Amino acid sequence: MKVTGAQALFRSLEGEGVDIVFGIPGGAILPAYDPLLDSKVRHVLCRHEQGAGHAAEGYAWATGKVGVAIATSGPGGCNLVTPLADAKMDSVPMVAITGQVPTPVVGNDAFQEADITGITLPVTKHNFLVKDANDLAQTIRAAFHIASTGRPGPVLVDIPKDVQLQEITWEWPDGVDLPGYRPTTKGNLKQVRTAAKMILEAKRPVLYVGGGVIKANAARELHKLAVDGRLPVVTTLMARGAFPDDHELALGMPGMHGAYPAVTAMQKADLLVALGARFDDRVTGQLSSFAPEAKVIHVDIDPAEIGKNRAVDVPIVGDVRDVISKLHAELKRRQDEAGGVPERGPWLKTLKAWKKDFPYRYEQPADGPLKPQFAIERLYEHASDAIVVSGVGQHQMWASQFWRFSEPRTWINSGGLGTMGFAVPAALGAAAGKPDRRVIAIDGDGCFQMTAQELATSSTEHIPFITAIINNAHLGMVRQWQELFYGERYSQVYLSHDVPDYAKLAEAYGCVGLRAEHPDEVDAVIEKALSVTDRSVVIDFRCDPREMVFPMVPAGASNDDIILGPEGLRPVNDPAEAPVA
Amino acid sequence: MSLHTISVLVEDKPGVLTRVAGLFAARGFNIDSLAVGPTSDDGLSRMTIVVQVENKPLEQITKQLNKLVNVLKILEHEPGEAVERELMLVKVRGEGEARARVLEICDVFRVRVLDVTHNTLTIEATGTPEKLEALLALLRDFGIVELSRTGRIALARGDAGIKERGRRIRVVGPGAEEWTGGGV
Repeated sequence: MKVTGAQALFRSLEGEGVDIVFGIPGGAILPAYDPLLDSKVRHVLCRHEQGAGHAAEGYAWATGKVGVAIATSGPGGCNLVTPLADAKMDSVPMVAITGQVPTPVVGNDAFQEADITGITLPVTKHNFLVKDANDLAQTIRAAFHIASTGRPGPVLVDIPKDVQLQEITWEWPDGVDLPGYRPTTKGNLKQVRTAAKMILEAKRPVLYVGGGVIKANAARELHKLAVDGRLPVVTTLMARGAFPDDHELALGMPGMHGAYPAVTAMQKADLLVALGARFDDRVTGQLSSFAPEAKVIHVDIDPAEIGKNRAVDVPIVGDVRDVISKLHAELKRRQDEAGGVPERGPWLKTLKAWKKDFPYRYEQPADGPLKPQFAIERLYEHASDAIVVSGVGQHQMWASQFWRFSEPRTWINSGGLGTMGFAVPAALGAAAGKPDRRVIAIDGDGCFQMTAQELATSSTEHIPFITAIINNAHLGMVRQWQELFYGERYSQVYLSHDVPDYAKLAEAYGCVGLRAEHPDEVDAVIEKALSVTDRSVVIDFRCDPREMVFPMVPAGASNDDIILGPEGLRPVNDPAEAPVA
Repeated sequence: MSLHTISVLVEDKPGVLTRVAGLFAARGFNIDSLAVGPTSDDGLSRMTIVVQVENKPLEQITKQLNKLVNVLKILEHEPGEAVERELMLVKVRGEGEARARVLEICDVFRVRVLDVTHNTLTIEATGTPEKLEALLALLRDFGIVELSRTGRIALARGDAGIKERGRRIRVVGPGAEEWTGGGV
């Protein structure tokens, strides 16, 4: 059967089970937008390609499926660079389709030409330039296979306009032919046995759980391992929701703004079992003083992560779900033989005491000003079943700290790249992928203004979600660093509480705009927001700009020097002494 | 600083050279030389990369290379376990008496003269990098007009070809594990 390259593209997307794509048309991708009209695939017309890219990411985070973004050549593709880099850092399965100028003029500086495969080479897991429509179906299959297997990541497929128009005989390939791509998924049993033995012998073990556990859908296996082995769990920013926060073995988030019990448990541990985590600098603080007494079992599907930052005692390469299952079985067998779980009373007691004595804390004065943590806590009380999406900065840390996660894929954020402006479009994508779930973007006022235009998409495409802006009139995290490390010399961080008027802006985009300035108003505003189901809602929480995120381990400092609150600060007046990010 | 020689078997696909070279640059490694050419298999190319290794271990870069979809196999040559050769063309001044002395050196080094003019000789030299360096040191006295080198190529000693060799990646640490497979 004869089809055009453009028709083959959509047949291939359908073949891969794609039900929704996020994109914007343009000159070089025009031929593809015609067969789209006859396709089962839904297209969500975004307002900016960056929005389309983050929406694809949000969809992937929420559903576990591959997110798809479509853009035209040149500026369209270039605007996808940030989402691709974000997806690479956070291992988000994503396929980007871009139009390219026709093959005869490639390299001629044609209108809207950019070497997008060259530009995105370091920020994709892999990319393709399709020069012959006969290769299209095979390439799309390969792109989805690479994006979704092994360590997931973004793949870009660049399709010149003449290839989209080329007539070919349609054929759907049986499988992929990628001789250089064979991820190791099965964990080595011998290593698993060694790991189980070490866990049994450990007096102060900690499960250091990273985003890989979410990606591998291994939360259930993790729960069994933790509970049956009586092993305390920290969940990194990428892994929030992998283990329920209200469980007695949950210690919360480790890292720069992590919970004291999580940070300190790792420091004092004699064994760290890293599961799909990568010893990121935001978790370890100063590497040389990180978890000094701990032996390390490191489970990851990517061998390059093992031993990259921290020397490892037992490396296990494989799919973390497969390895956790094997580890659980092996540990259980050994425990049964030994007559039960090892005695770790003192350790668990210490951790329990830390949880009680050093919780996240803040004070909400009854007469204001409104504290951001209070707004987030109230949101949680009213909508604990929501999927939460955040941007990057103070609001992100507070959201991660004060939301009590109970299941995977309910926390979506930009971790590795730290992309401001992630929240609104990612919430759009999450809401599109999970229409039966309530989605709440907890965003900062700085972040919000970077991608707010996707509220228009939300309205016209009828994909409603709530955006709660923690409006502190500042680039808050930068302000916090200037206050702490630059002698309170505030440089270019003030944004204004009133400009833009967020409630009016929301209305202009066809959403409901609400505002709370006083703690008394918070509950009523949240209830109002939750009562709206047919449209998106934006809540402008006007918060205290002076509030800072604690605990804090200053960049480059040891995790032993965790600062619990403002009273623990040592003033730094010389910017030269300021820590290096 | 030390020099390490790596052989990389890759699919002959557009951009593969950029991917490999870009990876070294992005991780802060200096490439001393890179030679690439076809193999006896259609669609496969072989790269020989000589890389300067200072403090950072090579392990991270070989693991990252392995993750490239177009990379099929990587072989890190231990010193002495591979035969290594390089081809060099050099144009050297040789007027009057000097010409005879240059020819004498060529004779000693068993290298060929490809072109002679009144003023210069163009020499083809093949050998180990050490031999070529020794030759160049002598030729410099006469004045080198221009020089072109291919960069090193290498094959491991013994029976096995790169395709038969196990695709092994080592992980540091006492519980060191080896595994096959690749691409992540």
